Amino acid sequence: MDILNAFVTFLNFVFVPGLAYGSQLALGALGVTLIYSILRFSNFAHGDTMAFGTMVTILMTWLLQSRGIGLGPLPTALLALPFGIAATAALVLVTDRVIYRFYRRQKAAPTILVIVSLGVMFVMNGIVRLIIGVEDQNFVDGARFLISAGDFKAWSGLNEGLAIRATQAVTVVTALATVAALFWFLQKTRTGKSMRAFSDNEDLALLSGINPDRVVQVTWILAAALATIAGVLYGLDKSFKPFTYFQLLLPIFAAAIVGGIGNPLGAIAGGFVIAFSEVTVTYAWKKVVTYLVPESLAPDGLVQLMTTDYKFAVSFSILILVLIFMPTGLFKGKSI
Amino acid sequence: MSKNLYLFAGVAALYLLTGLFLTSWNQTLLILNFALVSSIMALGVNMQWGYAGLFNTGVMGFAALGGLAVVLVNVPPVHEAWRIGGLGIFGGLAIGAATIALTILVRGRMAKGRARGLATAALLIGGFLLFRWIYDPAVTAVEAINPSVTGNIGGLGLPILLAWPAGGLLAAAAAWGIGKTALGLRSDYLAIATLGIAEIVVAVMKNEDWLARGVKMMNLQERPWPVPFEVELQRSPHFLDLAASWGFDPVSASSVVVKLTYMMMILVVLGFVIWLSERALKSPWGRMMRAIRDNEDAARAMGKDVTRRHLQIFILGSAVIGIAGAILTSMDGILNPGTYQPLRFTFLIWVMVIVGGSGNNWGALLGGLLIGWLWLIVEALGPMVMGAITAGMAPGPLKAHLIDSAQHMRLLTMGALLLLVLRFSPRGLLPEK
Repeated sequence: MDILNAFVTFLNFVFVPGLAYGSQLALGALGVTLIYSILRFSNFAHGDTMAFGTMVTILMTWLLQSRGIGLGPLPTALLALPFGIAATAALVLVTDRVIYRFYRRQKAAPTILVIVSLGVMFVMNGIVRLIIGVEDQNFVDGARFLISAGDFKAWSGLNEGLAIRATQAVTVVTALATVAALFWFLQKTRTGKSMRAFSDNEDLALLSGINPDRVVQVTWILAAALATIAGVLYGLDKSFKPFTYFQLLLPIFAAAIVGGIGNPLGAIAGGFVIAFSEVTVTYAWKKVVTYLVPESLAPDGLVQLMTTDYKFAVSFSILILVLIFMPTGLFKGKSI
Repeated sequence: MSKNLYLFAGVAALYLLTGLFLTSWNQTLLILNFALVSSIMALGVNMQWGYAGLFNTGVMGFAALGGLAVVLVNVPPVHEAWRIGGLGIFGGLAIGAATIALTILVRGRMAKGRARGLATAALLIGGFLLFRWIYDPAVTAVEAINPSVTGNIGGLGLPILLAWPAGGLLAAAAAWGIGKTALGLRSDYLAIATLGIAEIVVAVMKNEDWLARGVKMMNLQERPWPVPFEVELQRSPHFLDLAASWGFDPVSASSVVVKLTYMMMILVVLGFVIWLSERALKSPWGRMMRAIRDNEDAARAMGKDVTRRHLQIFILGSAVIGIAGAILTSMDGILNPGTYQPLRFTFLIWVMVIVGGSGNNWGALLGGLLIGWLWLIVEALGPMVMGAITAGMAPGPLKAHLIDSAQHMRLLTMGALLLLVLRFSPRGLLPEK
């Protein structure tokens, strides 16, 4: 029995990675949920919006790196992030003006808008692949670790180390700041309040003189910012590959629906539910169990519920369970 | 009618011009066969979307199940694997299914409350542990048998032609499961659920090596009757004489003949599906489906069981996609789960349906032929065009990058095409009557 070592192993391999991944998913799901509550459709292009924003940030990072501009221990990508957000915001605003606005004026059915977003997804995916290609891109720099496993072992005297990578710390801090800013914006500013009013009851909001075009524009800008931040954080933490970002669509949607689509708090909760389930189900618990049980009972196998190849199955199963047992999600979301 | 004929004649001319000027006949037939099989998939999607307004983004998964059926039906069984692991694998899977069934049963019997929650959790966890305990060793044992050649349980060793309907059945069974859970909820949920199930189907096919060798791929030794092998043709004196008298060289003539035979078989299936769908569309059942699509509430008020009808058509459409998936795999002669990509299978088919005209079966066929041609011809010609554009540039990384990226142009082309059609001609080339 060695509870302390088991706990540190758990923190190191499950909690910290889950926390970082959950923050990334939460930011992605927030974007999806915002679009859903204001524009009233599931935006299938969100994954590729993330990829686009990340791509611009990567290109800008490379430019900054070549000029020798950096943030010291922090990744240069943070400095490039505003450029990525600006470019992505411009792209989605143009997309809205050229494509989505037409259907909004027509009051097209949500399914039509979903198909339109598929078309947008294709185009964005094509643009990203044209510019940066399909390969893995690694753009992280700065310090590698906030706490390295060796330092932790020396400090605590335990067998197991707890490593917190710099990118994980950056992810969590950035996500916290972003979420705080977003909620402040939605709760306190006039524009934020008009967005919430628009989401609750479109007709009433229009009657009270809210300018719908402005609400829609602000929504797109926020969604672009959230998508870019989520994409860059994911890319820093793992790596950037356009196809992975398309595949992130499933866990992101699962997070938004599990939390209750249209509900920002729900999106955050959903992100962490999905991330922690994915990590706990696909983690091989052998080490932790070995510390916890008497030596004679130590497991031979990996004690892994599912291999990592099936991580999509995890988010999918949770999605299905929620759809069956609580269709409006953990927090009460919308259902049209 | 005349407009429709012109459109089909135009597409036929495209293929003829491709064969005459752009590439070889062999290549043209390859494109045509691909387009025809895709048209069958488009017909399946058209049933779901055009007749009933169901948004299925899991075409890839159903097509992959069709491909899996080919291996499971045709490949000879590996007796040793069955002897060692058959009982464990299928016993394990049966336990898994029984656990789910039992859980549903118990939940139905017990009153709401903490006891029911605990019982559910206990059943699911216990069942899962039992499943893994029986299933895992069997899988390890099977995959250890001669892994460079087999390592799987093989199939039934039946004629490959039987795999076509079997592919439909397998896809239909999957559609039943997913339809039961996701239909009747909001329309976007079906889209998200099917997107997920498709990813999972392909993940299972990639990772469960005992099933069809996963990413190690499965070669098929047989072709559906009556398609010959090229080598056999080239050995037959009768065929050599015939080729010589027509002035073809035997190698390309044999592959043209093989592709023509496939084309005939695909056309038979395609004709059958179109005939049945047209009959169904004109029957009272077809009118009811369209009534449900156009106004669900009114149809429900008239006493129609909307969810049940949706389930029915979802299963039918998916079965058609499964059949097409089986045809595609038997034509390729190999099952490679790595080739199943959502952009190529799911979204390309969607572009076909929308461009052709949703709700119109002939439109799905036209869309399939046109988009299928565009998809492969852009692949073939893209680098050439890009090469011509960049001819004046100095060689360097930028030029290499541009030529490399030409293959991604088609995503852009398809997306732009989809958006243009949706915007300016939302009813497609051949609108529903």
